[in-house]
Formats: sequence, C-alpha cells, structure tokens
Amino acid sequence: MTARVLVGVKRVIDYAVKIRVKPDNTGVVTDGVKHSMNPFCEIAVEEAVRLKEKKLVQEVVAVSCGPQQVQETIRTALAMGADRGIHVEVSGKDYDSLGPLQVSKILAALAKKEEASLIILGKQAIDDDCNQTGQMTAALLDWPQGTFASELVIEGDKVKVVREIDGGLETIKLNMPVVVTADLRLNTPRYATLPNIMKAKKKKIANMKPGDLGVDMTSRVEVLRVDEPPQRQAGVKVESVEDLVSKLKEAGRI
Amino acid sequence: LACYFVGRLLPRPWSSFQVALCPMSSRTVTNIATEQAVNTGPMFPPLQTYSEEETMMREAVKKYAQERIAPFVSKMDENSSMDTEVISSLFEQGLMGIEIGTEYGGTGSSFFSSILVIEELAKVDPSVAVLCDIQNTLINTLLMNLGTEEQKEKYLMSLATDMVGSFCLSEAGSGSDAFSLKTKAEKHKDYYIINGSKMWISNAEQAGIFLVMANADPSAGYRGITCFIVEQNTAGLQIGKKENKLGLRASSTCPLTFDNVQVHEKNILGKVGQGYKYAIGMLNGGRIGIAAQMLGLAQGCFDHAVPYTKQRVQFGKRIFDFQGMQHQIAHVATQLEAARLLTYNAARLKEAGRPFIKEACMAKYFASEVATLTTSKCIEWMGGVGFTKDYPIEKYYRDCKIGTIYEGTTNIQLTTMAKLIDQEYDS
Repeated sequence: MTARVLVGVKRVIDYAVKIRVKPDNTGVVTDGVKHSMNPFCEIAVEEAVRLKEKKLVQEVVAVSCGPQQVQETIRTALAMGADRGIHVEVSGKDYDSLGPLQVSKILAALAKKEEASLIILGKQAIDDDCNQTGQMTAALLDWPQGTFASELVIEGDKVKVVREIDGGLETIKLNMPVVVTADLRLNTPRYATLPNIMKAKKKKIANMKPGDLGVDMTSRVEVLRVDEPPQRQAGVKVESVEDLVSKLKEAGRI
Repeated sequence: LACYFVGRLLPRPWSSFQVALCPMSSRTVTNIATEQAVNTGPMFPPLQTYSEEETMMREAVKKYAQERIAPFVSKMDENSSMDTEVISSLFEQGLMGIEIGTEYGGTGSSFFSSILVIEELAKVDPSVAVLCDIQNTLINTLLMNLGTEEQKEKYLMSLATDMVGSFCLSEAGSGSDAFSLKTKAEKHKDYYIINGSKMWISNAEQAGIFLVMANADPSAGYRGITCFIVEQNTAGLQIGKKENKLGLRASSTCPLTFDNVQVHEKNILGKVGQGYKYAIGMLNGGRIGIAAQMLGLAQGCFDHAVPYTKQRVQFGKRIFDFQGMQHQIAHVATQLEAARLLTYNAARLKEAGRPFIKEACMAKYFASEVATLTTSKCIEWMGGVGFTKDYPIEKYYRDCKIGTIYEGTTNIQLTTMAKLIDQEYDS
C-alpha cells in the first residue's frame, strides 16, 4: 500500500466573483474579494481522500503556498478528509511573483522530504490558467506524469490514468512514484460536512518557509500589464446565406 | 452598548477568538470589514465576527443548500410535503445534531453555529430551516440538558443521524395560554396513561419521537405539567391530517390525538411537574432560532429582488436608480442589519451564559416584523412578476407570516419584554 499522497491546493478568487482589473493595470483586485479553493484542487483532494477510503493510500497531506490566509484553504482540505496540512509561507513580493516554477520546486522538495509516492494536483488554477505546475514538478523529480486525468486507478506499484486529450481519451500506465493532475470529470468533490469541519480543527498544519526547503523564489517572469478583455462588439444580422458569405469574405474570414 | 467580551471567563467559542487575536500582517480597511477571520484592531470585535469554524460551516451550508435543497423548494411547496431526500441529506451533513456531542454521533459544535446554519437554510427554504431549528434548539437541547444517561444513549444518536423529533405543547384550546393545556397523564404503578390532543405540531409526519407536555396533576395547575418522551409507534398515538397552510407548506403541521397512550415513567424527561419550567427555558433559546429563520428568509428574499431592480429598465434607466426605490431598498437593508445584530447578539449572550431572555424576545419579534416588511416590499419592487409563482418571491411573502405567530406571538414577546423592563426599573 502506498504510504503518502501529497495534494497541492491553491487559494484563488472564487469562481463566481466578477473580476475587476486594478486601475494601475498591474493585476486584478484581490482585497476584500471572496476567495476559495481552486475547483480543480478540490477535485484533487477528493480523489486523494477516496484513495484513502479505499485503503490504497495511508495518508493524505494537503499543501499550500502563500500568506496566512491560505490556512483557510488547507483547513477546507482537512475538512474534506486530508490528514494533515503543510503551509509554506510566502508573502509580499514573493507572493506577487509566485508562479508554477517556484511552486513545483517547493512541491518537489516536499515530496522528497515527506517520502510521498503520489502527487495529485489540479490541472490548472482558474486565476492564471498556467497548467504547468504538475508537469514541472514531475520533471524536477524525474517522475512520470499523468495529466488531465479523468480516471485514476492504482494497480499494485503502477498507476493507470485515463487522460482527456483533444482526440478523445488516452489510457496510460505509469510506474510509481507519479504526478497526476486532475481534470473536471475525475470526480465530484464532497461537501465538508459539519462534523468533519469540527474534526478538521484538531488536525495539524505545519508551517515552513521556502528557505527551509532550499528553494530559490526568484521569478523568471515579470508581469508587464494586465488588461480587461476587449469589449464585445455588436454583431451584424444578415438576411440570407449569400449575404452571410459576402460579409465573411469582406471581413477577410474566408 | 453592553460589552460582551469578558476577559478570561469566556466559554468555548469566544476562547477561540482570544487565540486568534494575535498580530497579523497588515491589512487594508476593506479587508478587515469583509474578511471574516479575527484580526488586530479594537479589543471588541464587531458582531459580525466569526470563528474559523463558524465561517467554514456557513460556507459549507450555503453551498449545500444551493445545490441540494434549492432544486426541490418549489415542488415541496406546491405538494405541501418535504422531500425525503432533503431530510436525509440534512442528517448526512450533520445539520440535525449540531450541538450533540460527538460521542453520540453529533457534530459537537455550538449554539451560534446552529443559528448560522438555520439562517443559511432559511435563505433557501424556511420550511427546511424550521425542521432543522426545532430539532436543534428544542428537541436536542431538551434531551441534552434533561435526559438521563439512559435516555441520551437511547435517543441522542438517532436524533443526530436519522430520527426527526417533534415538540407537542399547543392544543386547540391553549396556544399563548400554553399552561392551561388539558392533555392529562394518569399515573398507574410505573407507567402513565396519556389522554388528550395536541394541535399545530410541526414535523409531526416525519417525527420518530414526540416530546409531549401533559398534566400529571391537574389539581396543581401548571405545576403538574410533565414532559413525556413518546415514540412514534406507541399504541393510541394518532397523527391527524396535516393543515393546508398559507406558508411553510413543506413543513408538516398536524393535530395529534392521544387515546390511552401508555408511557413508562422512565420516559419522563426531567422531573414530574417541572414541564412548564423546561418549556419556558427551552423556548427562550428556540426564539433565537426562529429569529435566525426569519432573518434568513428576509435576506434570501432581498437577495433575489435587488438584482432584478438592477436589471429591469423603465423610462430609460434601471429601476434601482430611481430615488424612491433607492430609499426603500436602503431602509429595508437597514432593518435587515438591525435584525441580524439583534439575533447574533442574543445568540452570543446565551453562549456566554449571560441573561438573554429580553434580547431573545426582541430578536424574534423584530426579525419576524422585518421579514414581513421585506417580503412585502420585495414583491412590490419586482412588480407583476413578483406576484407570480414563477419567481420565488411570493413564497417568501407567504412563509414569513407565521413568524409573528408561532413560538410566542408578537404580543407575548412584547409582554415578556415589558415584564423584564418593569423589573429593571425596580429601585
């Protein structure tokens, strides 16, 4: 039985919030805005907890990188069934420039430290849509990766992953230890029931800094500008197919 | 403003405040206003300050209610019946045993958490909220406070996991004048025989146990009232046809008849003749639960109506932009805030073990009046569509009316408050 699963959870602006760009175009407004766990991370936690319930893994450890507030996100993972949490403190400028490269270095270091044999992450975060952390983590560890997973089965010391790709579904078999990233249809995350929220209070969250893991936090990426998407232009109504074709030709589309 | 933050002597929920009151990274004013974690600043946090666990619970219930209850609301109202799926999911989520200890399979949380849960449920369906409220604030509280070890073993776990409870006090001839109840309990050796009838009993169709107030010694007047635990399948207990109500239709409200119902004396809750005390004591807390229900109802209705006013355009502008509308909306929002503060403060007072009866009465009275005002206004703001069943507003309007009536009519609340005020000014 696999010992330990590491699950990464990211605190992002809640999906239902209307995003506004800051007046100085350096980013989006986050102050006073509702935040919650990235939906794909919820799916990752759910999958890990299900593996534990099936007794295929022994322990689920939830990890998050960021300032004090990410502890709420870790607490939610604990309420869903994770056993303990690790909060890697990143704040200020480091947090503003935190991206997949630094996070994957942190996760790789933690995976070694915690002797995890399975890392499950969301396929991407809904704020930056990078879709890189899982892949980078696997590369840094030199582990195989099963990304966009819609199904995950542990078979002995191997993992079977069904991936959602452009052409359809691809099934691959990977030797553990592996990194898997969760796609939408992997599962439907449970609600944290009230009793589990109460139990989560007693579960431990360890604190550490990137320095403790020997991770260099310098970013190789600089955000120059953030703009809202252009306003949607009004459309044009046409009366016939001929009209449609000629309008498309005019616009240089065909 | 009474300061409710009393140093070291604080019971549980407040102690989690003190731990959290440590210097944290600097935050902007908007953060402090909207973020719900406790942080630095004044030693006396505003009323809308919640522990981490309370915030998590509220979020969890909000999400659950939207996804698992909202789809059924309209149908349940039309059919006048509560969906069994909904009831079992309430148990699954741990919402029916909020204050019951974990050793009995409960959630092991606090009274304030119950209040938040009831409020969130009421935003979606006040009928579901009342089911949850009665279970938590009346049934569970009575058993936890008065039950013998044997009774707790027998019933608490079921109440937390799959059994609904019902509280039977009112009769056809005694509503506000509760203690003039006529249902009798005659003692025979080690059991009692109950004869009589009850009316307006909520949850009756779903209940597995009934807490029945019957008089074991009519010559002693109200000092004979005793609380009996009667199981649903007891011979002689008949549940009558449910009422066809204006609102809260999904909540079953039935008359009950007791025809020589035999109850063993070990099913007496507390002491013989003390039932009247228990009823009063527990209704004081229950009142805050109803306040929370009315508050949630009003807020849920408001939350549906305001977005409409921002979309609906007449005379070239959003109807929200008309000053007449703005003033009405702001007025209602103020009333809602006041109702919230009264309710939360009453709950915090109760948790702190401080006197709370007057404040509980105020909360229930005010919240039910605010619910009436809010729902009425919301229908007007929505115009014609507010009057149709295609929109959820009219249901809130119908549901709110019972708020000024049950669990102590507005007049009773006012009289109780006046008595307390009278005592306050005794020199």
